[in-house]
This record gives sequence, structure tokens and C-alpha cells, in this order.
Amino acid sequence: MDNQYSIYICGVGGQGIIKTSTIIGEAAMNQGLDVVMSEIHGMSQRGGSVSTELKIGGFNSSIIPKQGADMLLSFEPIETVRGLDKVNSETKIVYNTQPIIPSSTNKPYPSVDSITKTLKENFKHVLPVDGTQLAIEAGSVLSLNMVLLGAVTADDKFPLTKESVIEAMKNNLKPKFHEMNIKAIESGYKSIKG
Amino acid sequence: MNLKELVTGVSGEKQFLLGNEAAVRGVIEAGVSIAATYPGTPSSEIGNVLSVLAKDANIYFEFSTNEKVAMEVAATAAASGLRSFTFMKHVGMNVAADSFMTTAYSGVNGGMVILSADDPSLFSSQNEQDTRNYARLSNVPILEPSNCQEVKDMVKYAFDLSEQFNIPVIVRTTTRVSHMRGVVEFGDIKDNSSNNDNHWKRGHFNKDPSKYVPVPAFAGDMHIRLWDKVHKIEEVSNKSDFNAEVNFTEDKKYGLIASSSAYNYAHDIVKFNNLNVNILKLGFSYPFPQEKVVEFLNDLDEVFIVEEVDPIIERDTLACIGANSLNVQVHGKLDGTFPLYHEFNSDIVADGLNKVFNFKDTESVEFSQSLEKLSEDIPSRAPVLCAGCPHRAMYYGINIAIDELGMKPEDVIFASDIGCYTLGINPPYNAADYLLSMGSSVGDGCGFSVSTDQKVASFIGDSTFFHSGVSPLINAVHNKHNFVLTVLDNRITAMTGGQPNPGIPVDGMGDEAPEVSIRKLALACGCDYVRVINPFNLDQVVKTYKEAFERNDTAVIISKAPCTLIKGLTKKPPVEFIEGNCNNCDKCVSALACPAISKVNGKITIDKSQCDGCNVCIQVCKYGALEAGR
Repeated sequence: MDNQYSIYICGVGGQGIIKTSTIIGEAAMNQGLDVVMSEIHGMSQRGGSVSTELKIGGFNSSIIPKQGADMLLSFEPIETVRGLDKVNSETKIVYNTQPIIPSSTNKPYPSVDSITKTLKENFKHVLPVDGTQLAIEAGSVLSLNMVLLGAVTADDKFPLTKESVIEAMKNNLKPKFHEMNIKAIESGYKSIKG
Repeated sequence: MNLKELVTGVSGEKQFLLGNEAAVRGVIEAGVSIAATYPGTPSSEIGNVLSVLAKDANIYFEFSTNEKVAMEVAATAAASGLRSFTFMKHVGMNVAADSFMTTAYSGVNGGMVILSADDPSLFSSQNEQDTRNYARLSNVPILEPSNCQEVKDMVKYAFDLSEQFNIPVIVRTTTRVSHMRGVVEFGDIKDNSSNNDNHWKRGHFNKDPSKYVPVPAFAGDMHIRLWDKVHKIEEVSNKSDFNAEVNFTEDKKYGLIASSSAYNYAHDIVKFNNLNVNILKLGFSYPFPQEKVVEFLNDLDEVFIVEEVDPIIERDTLACIGANSLNVQVHGKLDGTFPLYHEFNSDIVADGLNKVFNFKDTESVEFSQSLEKLSEDIPSRAPVLCAGCPHRAMYYGINIAIDELGMKPEDVIFASDIGCYTLGINPPYNAADYLLSMGSSVGDGCGFSVSTDQKVASFIGDSTFFHSGVSPLINAVHNKHNFVLTVLDNRITAMTGGQPNPGIPVDGMGDEAPEVSIRKLALACGCDYVRVINPFNLDQVVKTYKEAFERNDTAVIISKAPCTLIKGLTKKPPVEFIEGNCNNCDKCVSALACPAISKVNGKITIDKSQCDGCNVCIQVCKYGALEAGR
């Protein structure tokens, strides 16, 4: 079962989660790997939680079983917590540290430091990324998804190369943003690889 | 991927496609000439893509006013010898059902395929109804793809099957299939070149009332012919490659029959846990392939039936077992092995199989207390009306009007409808008390107004009003019903992703089209009180509602302002917060629930990336702490 790899990607509607997932899927296809992906459209996109699931390597089902993810990639701190069902002790947990505070809720938003602390107490591979800041440095806050895409490619077990991910990005996003997006992917990659 | 590749892609090419995009490629490969829909999740993207590609693919495409009209457009095209395609969400089948049932009787000439997308687990629907029941109700064949490649292949094959037996064919997807992405290998495209000045081919309708007019004298024979077709098609389903055994073991004790997404979960569990089970995958599930199923069951002791939502294959399998006096124990939904509701996943299917095979590692991983507390403490993130949404202003305004008229919230029944505005159910608006279906808010207003002494406020969107709000409005006027109908005209079909509707001057292929006036329609229905208002002018909203509530007829208020998600709108600058004026009443946060306004560290904060400058909050603040941006 080498080359099997499952990624659960979550965040808030409008953060570019589906596009990021599609780029990974297309890169997997281009590398000759089997890949299936699941996404949810519709009502859930009105500022609600959004998630996609990607499974590379010989799966029929596009849904990751409980504790079945190799990577949890979260675009928002509390959405990380909502995705923990898919996590096991070996899962890499990569998340953006910039909160998006939900409106009309009676619970206060927990501090990001306390989220990081609790995650680190419970899991081996907890990798917070200040993705929003890196995106701004790359040229636009809108390149956040590319920063996080770069962070995924830095995982040693991730079966796709950074180069094939960049090629798939080029095939899916407008040429005028390619340079910024590559910068964002590289900075996300470095934030994990160091 | 560039969507155009769905038209230009050649046989053998591979693309990473959404299930709904794969359906479009299937339609293109099949050489379809006419396609019609009413948008509904999870089928909406098929229309969005066809809308862009129709002209390149020699297809006439329209967003019809409702699914029944779409069904009729497709049926007449097929009767005229063209290949036609209609698609909808599962509940759209209810709207289309009256005409659909007759197409089964009258049959088709060109191939006609209906794709109906079910929504197990109700991601964006009011129920979990199972389209496969319609196949049984109408005696129309049904195909159940489980992945994107099969969506493409089955849609294409469905047209051949339809033409072979002169009968419409249903393709049933589910949310997980429509919204799955996977690798799809393209096939050949059947020529559908135009034979006239339009970009699509024209057919010819050959008159034959005995085939196409179901008066009693003819319909009886049509029913006989239909059953003759069903028996012949069953011979095809028995031999179909879409109904295939997937073998993992020589052991014949256990078997499993599955379809659609449920097959995917079952397949992976059996494969990766080395269970001694062979699988019969049913992709062509009605007419039920009895011979093939009996052959599979013959040597088995026990069989699992894994399907979403209703126990349909299970009941048909039990009938086969009974008719053939087989001794096979059935584990499915009816004996409680699997749930009777909601979508499946690997864990649910594994739990069911585990009852017999006991293969699962039952040691559950327990979270530490700190993690459990964190999980419990995180705020929820339900879908909300967008910043700048005109519906918010209307809901805020009507509640003010109700209060100023001295009424209590329980004095007014909010009859809601299907669209973004159903989100009015949430506090602080609390503006959804009753809902049945598309257009029901108007008929519900009729019923409540004669059944109670409460006031009724019905809310319907522009697209939903065209879909099925007009005929109940005629009913309301003619039968002298007393309620206030608000048409939330946001100039788009918003919830499903922004499709045009008859209220805007563009059609489904992007061409100019006559704009149908909601105001004139309401006047023509006989309403005496019809007001078109700007929802962002709160004083006007409140004043109009107060007037309307004091009437004793069917009053119509049309809120006219575009959805904030429409591309190309010029946004106004975001609102400015004047901290010195803030009295900390928090009304801007609590009364509006706008995602752009929150209180962070004790201070009102405007999220300028979200604020649309609708300026409703400025009218809500009594202290001048919010100002229009410049």
C-alpha cells in the first residue's frame, strides 16, 4: 500500500479549499496515480464550514474513515478541531493560525495558542503555519490556499512532487497569478521544511 | 482544467472531473441536442457547465422555470427524434412527476435521459427521498453510477438504451457521486451537427396520437406496451456489464450486493480487510436483474445488501429468494444491519459487516480531557446570510414592523420557501415557521389565513416565485385569502450558485432574453396592493410592512436588490466604526447577525474584506457609531 495517502482539508467557505484540493487531485492524476476526492457544495458554502477529502492510491471510496487521514490540512484554527475525527497518532496536522470568527454564536472563540497547546499535548505532528501572513508576503491574502498547498508538499510521505503540484496549479489558475502562487507554494513548503 | 476540454477532449484523454462535469461529457459524447433543467443541488453544476458549453457542443440549453417544464422540453425533443437530457435534484422529480409518468407510457423516439441527484444526509435538501422509487413507480429503467467514470459512461449508455426500447431512462446519482472528483477517460463523440441556421439540430415530430396522446382509449394499450418493454429490458439488465461480480474469494459462504457510493465503501472494506466476501455490484438496478441476482445468491449462505437510502435492492433480493425458494439469510436495512436513513460511509458499512465478521479493532482511541473540552468549546459555524444580503434587511424590517404594530412574534406565522432566505430560520430573524416545498409559502399563506386568526407573512425568492409561486397567488386572490407575500427578488437563483431566471434579461446560454416582471405578474393575478421596495431603506421596509399587515387581502411586497454574490457588481465602501460614539449596546451584532460585524476583545469590529457597504447597520445604530464609508 505504498503511495496510499489520504488528506482531509477543511476551513471556511470562500477560502479556496475546493480549488486547492482539485489541484492536488489533478497533480496525482498527472503522476499516474489513482485519485478520488469528495467535496460539498450548496448551502454549506454560505460562510459555513467546508471540507474536502482526497484519497490517493487505489481507493474506490472518496470518504476518509475515522482516524484514517495521513494529513489534516486546515485553513482555520477551530476548523482543525472539527476535523480531528479523521486524525490518528501519526497524522500530520497542518493548520493556518489566522482565525475567522463566526458571527451569531454564543460561544467565545478560544485563543489560538490554547488550541495549539492542546493539540501538541495530544498529537505528535502538530504544525501551525501563519499562512495568512505568508500569503500577504507572497503578494495577496488570497494566496493563502497556495501557501497551505506548499505546506502539504513538504510532508515526506506525500506522494506528489512539488513540481507536479505547481504544474497542476498553472493548469487551474490564471497566468497572471502564477508567479505569486509559486512564491506562496514555496513559502508554505519552507515553513514546514525549514 | 479548462471547461472547454469537455467539448474538445478526444477519445482516450483523461481528466480529473467532478461527477457533474463527467455527466456533461457523457451528454456531449452521446450527441444530445436539447437539454433543460431547473437548478438544484447536488445537480446544479451540470447546468452551470452546460450553460457555458452549449453553443460549442451544438446543444440547445435552457434553465426552465421548473422541473416539470424541463421534463416537457426534453420529452417533446425526444418525441421529435432528438436526443434530450433533463436533470434535477431528487425533489425536482416530484415537480416533474406528472409529465414524467406519461413519458413512460408514450415513450420516446430520440433517446431521453433524466438525471436525478439524490441527497442522502440532506446536505442541502428538505428530505432524503430515493429516486429509485420513481423507476419502480413509472417502470422506467434506472442506472446507478458509483464514480465519475461511470457517471460519464452510464449517461452515454442510457441514451442508447433509451433509443433501443423507446423509453426514457433515469440515471440516479447521490451527492457523493455528483460531488466526487475522479479520473475520467473520454470516449468518442457522436455527431450532433446542426442541420439549420441555429447551433443545434432540429428534429421532426411525426404525428401519432395513439402513441402520444394518453386518452383512455390509447393509454390502456400504452401500459401493455410499457410492460412488454420492461420484460425485454430485464433481459438486458441481466447481461449488463454494469451488473458485475467483483470476486475476492473462492469461498461461497458470504456475498454482498451493493450499488452507488455504498458499493465504494463496501469494496474498500472487503479489499483492505481481506474479508471472504464476493460482491455483486448493481449499476443497472431496474428492471431488477433477477436472473443475475439468483445466480449470485445460489451458493451463498448469507448476503449483505449495502445501498443508500431505501431498502429497494434488499426487497427485490428478498423477493428473488422467496420466488426461488433459496435459503439465504439477508443482512441489510430491514434487519438493522445498516441504517435506514442518511448517507453511508466506510465506518457505517464496516460496523454493519463487523456484526458478522468481527474484524474491526474495537479498541477506540480516546481523546484526552483537554482535547475533549476543546472540541466541546469551539463555536459552531452554521451557514449565514452573507454580509450585504438584502434578505437580512427585510427580516430585520418586518420584525420591527410587527413590534410597532403591537403584535407579538407568535401572532405572525412566517411561511418560508426554498432558497437562501430559509436561513431566516436562525435567530435573530426567526423568520421561518413552516415550509413544505418550492413555492409552498404562497399556498401555505392561503391555508393559514383561513385556518387561524394569526397574520401570515410568506417569503419567496424570485426564481422560486417563477418556479411555482404564480398559480397559488392566483388562488390567493380568487379565494380572497389574507396574507402578506414578500418576493425577495435578488435578481438571480442564488442558493444554487447564481443561475439566471425569467426575471433577468439573460437566458441559460448567455443570450439576451425578455425580462418577466414580477410586479406585473402580481398585478395581473389581481393583487390590489403591490409595492416594489429597496430593502436597504429600513424606514421604507417598516412602513410598507405596517401598511400591508393592516390590509385584509393578499398584499405583495417585492424587495428588489441584487444578491451580493453576483459577479461584476460595484461594491460600496465598507462601513466605518466611530468608537467614541459607541454605547456598547451591541445591537449591530445581535440584531443583524452580519458576518462582517463582530465584537472582538470588547470592541465592535467591521471586517472590511466582507462588508459590502449595504449600510443597514448604520440605520440600526442609534448612537451614530457607524458611518458610511468613503
